[in-house]
Amino acid sequence: MSLKIVVLAKQVPDTRNVGKDAMKADGTVNRAALPAIYNPEDLNALEQALRLKDRFEGSTVTIVTMGPGRAAEIIRESLYRGADNGYLLTDRAFAGSDTLATSYALSCAIKNLPEVDVIVCGRQAIDGDTAQVGPQVAEKLGLPQITYAEEILDVKDGKITVKRRLERGVEVVEGKLPILITVNGSAPDCRPRHAKLVMKYHHAKTVTERQEQNDDYMFMFDKRPYLNITEWSVNDIQTDVNWLGLKGSPTKVKAIENVVFQAKESKRLAGKDTEIDELMKELIANHTIG
Amino acid sequence: MANFYLDKPELKFHLTHPLMEKIVALKEQNYREKDTFDYAPQDFEDAIDSYNHVMEIIGEICGDIIAPNAEDVDHEGPHVVDNRVVYARGTQENHEALKKAGVYGISLPREYGGLNFPMVPYVMTGEIVSRADAGFANIWGLQDCAETIHEFASKEIREEFLPRINQGETCSMDLTEPDAGSDLQAVMLKATYDEKKKMWLLNGVKRFITNGDAQIKLVLARSEAGTSDGRGLSYFVVDNPFDSSMKVRRIENKLGIKGSPTCELVFTNTPAKMVGEPKMGLIKYVMSLMNGARLGVGAQSVGVAQAAYDEALAYAKDRAQFGKAIIEFPAVFEMLAIMKAKVDAARALLYECTRFVDVYKAYGSIADERPLTKEERMDAKEYQKLADMMTPLVKMFASEYANQNAYDSIQVHGGSGFMKDYACERIYRDARILTIYEGTSQLQVVAAIRFVTNGAYVAKLRQYEAQPINPAFEGLRNRLISFTDSLEKAIAKVTEPKNAEYHDFMARRLVEIAGHLVMSNLLIIDASRDDMFARSAEIYSNFAAAEITKHLAFIDGFQIDNVGLYKNSDQE
Repeated sequence: MSLKIVVLAKQVPDTRNVGKDAMKADGTVNRAALPAIYNPEDLNALEQALRLKDRFEGSTVTIVTMGPGRAAEIIRESLYRGADNGYLLTDRAFAGSDTLATSYALSCAIKNLPEVDVIVCGRQAIDGDTAQVGPQVAEKLGLPQITYAEEILDVKDGKITVKRRLERGVEVVEGKLPILITVNGSAPDCRPRHAKLVMKYHHAKTVTERQEQNDDYMFMFDKRPYLNITEWSVNDIQTDVNWLGLKGSPTKVKAIENVVFQAKESKRLAGKDTEIDELMKELIANHTIG
Repeated sequence: MANFYLDKPELKFHLTHPLMEKIVALKEQNYREKDTFDYAPQDFEDAIDSYNHVMEIIGEICGDIIAPNAEDVDHEGPHVVDNRVVYARGTQENHEALKKAGVYGISLPREYGGLNFPMVPYVMTGEIVSRADAGFANIWGLQDCAETIHEFASKEIREEFLPRINQGETCSMDLTEPDAGSDLQAVMLKATYDEKKKMWLLNGVKRFITNGDAQIKLVLARSEAGTSDGRGLSYFVVDNPFDSSMKVRRIENKLGIKGSPTCELVFTNTPAKMVGEPKMGLIKYVMSLMNGARLGVGAQSVGVAQAAYDEALAYAKDRAQFGKAIIEFPAVFEMLAIMKAKVDAARALLYECTRFVDVYKAYGSIADERPLTKEERMDAKEYQKLADMMTPLVKMFASEYANQNAYDSIQVHGGSGFMKDYACERIYRDARILTIYEGTSQLQVVAAIRFVTNGAYVAKLRQYEAQPINPAFEGLRNRLISFTDSLEKAIAKVTEPKNAEYHDFMARRLVEIAGHLVMSNLLIIDASRDDMFARSAEIYSNFAAAEITKHLAFIDGFQIDNVGLYKNSDQE
């Protein structure tokens, strides 16, 4: 049995190492100040997809990502780890999308693919933390969904068995293919980039990137079709423009406040048991905890 | 989220050395595999780009996995269970990550599943893995054995073993025995050919074998019954049967590099295949492998020296006394500046030597396929000589500096450094083996001294002194030139009396002077290419000048008869 697997991945600003200039004065994220990274839970999702590919011979893993031109990096990073190909949805018409418009665009892109058995994506992205896009894509495609997945246990007879991580335990559920699965951060880490794949794919580029960069290796793109990363604009997929971008986004951000926690006084402990004991007593006494 | 390759631009710098273009062209034989393997480079720039990418992968694994595991691995260590070695949990994780990244077999040809990288990037991986965990660097570095198999074994053996390296099978190099350490001619493990089974069988004991339970083992054994010297020894490859024919009797309890299992092995009719020709085991194959291993320990040492410096620097910036960070005090900042200069100097020497190894080894691979032209043969010979003379310097200086930096790192930490809470104490213990294994510093002097007395170092120094540099360093260079003059005089003084004991007594001093001069010159040349070495070039030259002056004064004022004074009067 071979599976057609799609991974939805997003390039996000690295909000884990936020500096002083992370937010602009108008309350929006200063993307220039934060390095762009592969959304961490999407990497967990990619690992689940690659494990399916390892297990079921002939399976393919296709990456779909939406973003500006530089988001092609997400596709290359996926190819380096074992994905087979990728599509970059990029167009000004997609700009300013909230979760509703994003899931609409992604679902249109997936409909444009020949066939799909399993769609996996991270539970949520670290820039928005909404966890809405995965479920919305499933709804728009009319597919069942399993959220908070930690491990895909098996695929048999058109059914997939998945272990879910819940707040107070785990749950094993079964779903019918085709299906969408959102993967939790507690799932196994993604495998490292593979040396040979990095060397194979490091010239992979979108058409736009090829036009922008004067590349000595242009001759390779005809000889090696796998180096071409497909770009889809709004004209390449069937959409209703009213559902796209800012127009299709009912979410309006009223204000964003940058909250910085500042302790009035600090205390340094060497880590001795007695010190921790005393601190506990103090915190209970002043009702900080307890 | 640390990347041990990207966070040290000093490493990338060495991939931009002018000699790299020649090295890569030789190694890739004019990029002839560019259309047969989808991961082979198209040209020089493409190759360097690939090296950078792969170094980044390994740098990330070092920073995110190997370094964070180091402390637990040090505490847990490997164990013997049912005559087998079980690695510490962290060691297993490190190995697994590198295996998944497809980087084992990095220097092997592509036809055996390797990446066909030159030695320069391979040695860099040794350095950064060691910086993360010096003990684990042994398990990583023992893939050197694949080089030996590739260089000397039959096609059949190559095809049987080499593709398994890239799959992550580990190697060991089984030389030492209870009565054969520095003196390997005394190896007694017996190899007998069983006519019925048509195979070699090994019987005996090996001791102090790093990663002794590896799948692929290279074993030095006595194949010629009745002999007792190096000429009766052959080299064998053992496909670890993991059965009663090979047992791990115990793992040594060591001072440092605790994650690296040091095993005592018992061979009982263990099946083996001969590598190359009989009787060439020690005199040809082990000697060749030993040079590679010494370069490996050089890389390991630079990694440790760097780690020791990094720990000290971080602590000195963080720790405040008398109202300011201790790095503000001259006594501390001088120590740190010299530590950094030693790292830069040892690294400059390490990669200079590695480039020489690269050139002659690449010629060796070409010679497997076609006879070399006369020019190529001469070129190969020249680089081999340079590699042979630089290797003992790398091994000796890098390992001594690793220890000195580890010592100073604890000193900068003060009382806290003596506690188990900081990494510097582990680094200090890990460093200690570096001046000992794969040939002690004293044995490196023995290997290097002939290049002092035959004028090879002086000739190379004169070449360095003639290279164009940034005029800002002219003053430093002039001082070095006059020291080379003094070295020549000192060599004459030591060799003239033709007294072997006096000569050996002074050997280390002469070798050290030569080494200091080589490293000072290299740093000035490197600093002329990139300003980031300017500070270390000056600081190291000052340090070297003081060391050289000390040695020269000793040699100058020493009466030959005084050697006797140093002999232990209790030795009767």
